[in-house]
Amino acid sequence: MTDPLIDIRNVSFSYGETPVLRHIDLQIVKGEFLGIVGPNAGGKSTLLKLVLGLIEPQSGSIRVLGHEPAHASRQLGYVPQYPSFPRDFPISVEQVVLLGRIGMHKHNGLFASLIPERNTAADREAARQALAEVEADNLAQRQISSLSGGQLQRVLLARALVSDPQALILDEPTANIDQRLESDIFDLLQRLNERMTILVVSHDIGFVSTYVNRVACINGTLVCHHTDSIDGQVIQELYGENVRMVAHTH
Amino acid sequence: MLEFFDALSRHGFLQTAVIAALLASIGCGVMGTYVVVKRIAFIAGGIAHSVLGGMGAAVYYGFDPLLGALLAAIFAALLIGWVRLNWKTQEDTLIGALWAIGMAIGILFIAKSPGYQGDLMNYLFGNILLVPQQSLWFMAALDALLLVVVALYHRQFLAVVFDEEFARLRGVPVGLFYLLLLVLVAVTVVLLIQVVGLILVLALLTLPAAVAGHYIHSLGRIMVVATLIGSGLSVSGLALSYQPDLPPGPTIILLAGALYVVSAIFAQLRQRHLARASLNHSGNQPHG
Repeated sequence: MTDPLIDIRNVSFSYGETPVLRHIDLQIVKGEFLGIVGPNAGGKSTLLKLVLGLIEPQSGSIRVLGHEPAHASRQLGYVPQYPSFPRDFPISVEQVVLLGRIGMHKHNGLFASLIPERNTAADREAARQALAEVEADNLAQRQISSLSGGQLQRVLLARALVSDPQALILDEPTANIDQRLESDIFDLLQRLNERMTILVVSHDIGFVSTYVNRVACINGTLVCHHTDSIDGQVIQELYGENVRMVAHTH
Repeated sequence: MLEFFDALSRHGFLQTAVIAALLASIGCGVMGTYVVVKRIAFIAGGIAHSVLGGMGAAVYYGFDPLLGALLAAIFAALLIGWVRLNWKTQEDTLIGALWAIGMAIGILFIAKSPGYQGDLMNYLFGNILLVPQQSLWFMAALDALLLVVVALYHRQFLAVVFDEEFARLRGVPVGLFYLLLLVLVAVTVVLLIQVVGLILVLALLTLPAAVAGHYIHSLGRIMVVATLIGSGLSVSGLALSYQPDLPPGPTIILLAGALYVVSAIFAQLRQRHLARASLNHSGNQPHG
């Protein structure tokens, strides 16, 4: 069996005195399209942050591409749930995508990261291609302040793709856009899955299960972990009682 | 105004003042842009005010106050930056405290220094007319340092001021570049203290870049235009203050404040006009 791309073993994490994740074991192999579902505050986004190396677990181990997560983050593309920048920042779409190319050809380490960088013709070409892939090439010269929610989401996806990552990690990529665009984005992710591994966090368990080839349900612990259809019992385990299940077909 | 230009051609000290104003404007345009877009005016204010501690110590121990200011500014920048990076929950309180503590140290040193203490007012409110000629070289060297570092690292700085989390994922040492940015802000503060004094520095650091940001949407161009606005404001302020014998620092700041208010109102009206015009232009086509 090939080594997993992302290997999470017995990981626990708490913010201060509040435990968020307990004893998570999860292996993700190359080429998977994994959906991570679960209730709010169940630890889904925290798990992504651990994989990205933005936070460190109190116990257990995480390896990404065989390395510490923080040393592998440049091989990953990340699309956050909420933009972590002010929307009125004076920057064009092209510049935002170009920032995804920083550190492309550098080794790890402090000294390497201090080498000055400039945008090359190859960077601009990669940015153009990434924007074309998400069908946003007409937005290149627009200011980010002028974009709609759906357009911004595509630009953030282009920023994640422009470094040609091994895996794409998305946190609720469709939370702030309408349902028609949600299908468009997931259709795009399905195409991208032909050449990269995808992890996507979603609250919409029914919708996401039609696209992904495996689901991990997280509510503090890993509640379920399979490719079978998700039935009422799993939903109840995941969300507790009194959850109304709505048939969701496509 | 005419009298000022007449005097300018005759008096060396006025020529020195104008050159000092122009040199300070380069720092204010370049670093002011980062301060405005990164929204760190409060941090810049903390650095500027705590500089008095270094100036006071320099006066007390008898070395160049400008050198004391530079060392104190860099120390304050590193300390405040460290607080911001490692102690986020108390950031506001701690920066406010460092702001006041730095000033208190400076005032104590100056009070206990022998001799006439008239310099205190010049540190607080600046006096561009008293800038010694040899300070121009010092200011030019600081400008050159700023421009070289920003030119080398503009891509990393953009990544850090725009989106720290994403910059970290791309392997940029965010803490290090954030501290470097604050050190450059500290250097700019020292440049501007000569012109408007440490109390008023904040206005000249933020207002020209904020005015440029009303109309321009690229960091590099905002820097150039803010430098030109800063130059225009400081030279006009100097000229306006000359005949009625007003202190130049506050005159420059009031001019900057007035320009900002007028520009903010105009930018608001312009935006409304553009929004209305685009609706009329596009008819009933919805925005995708």
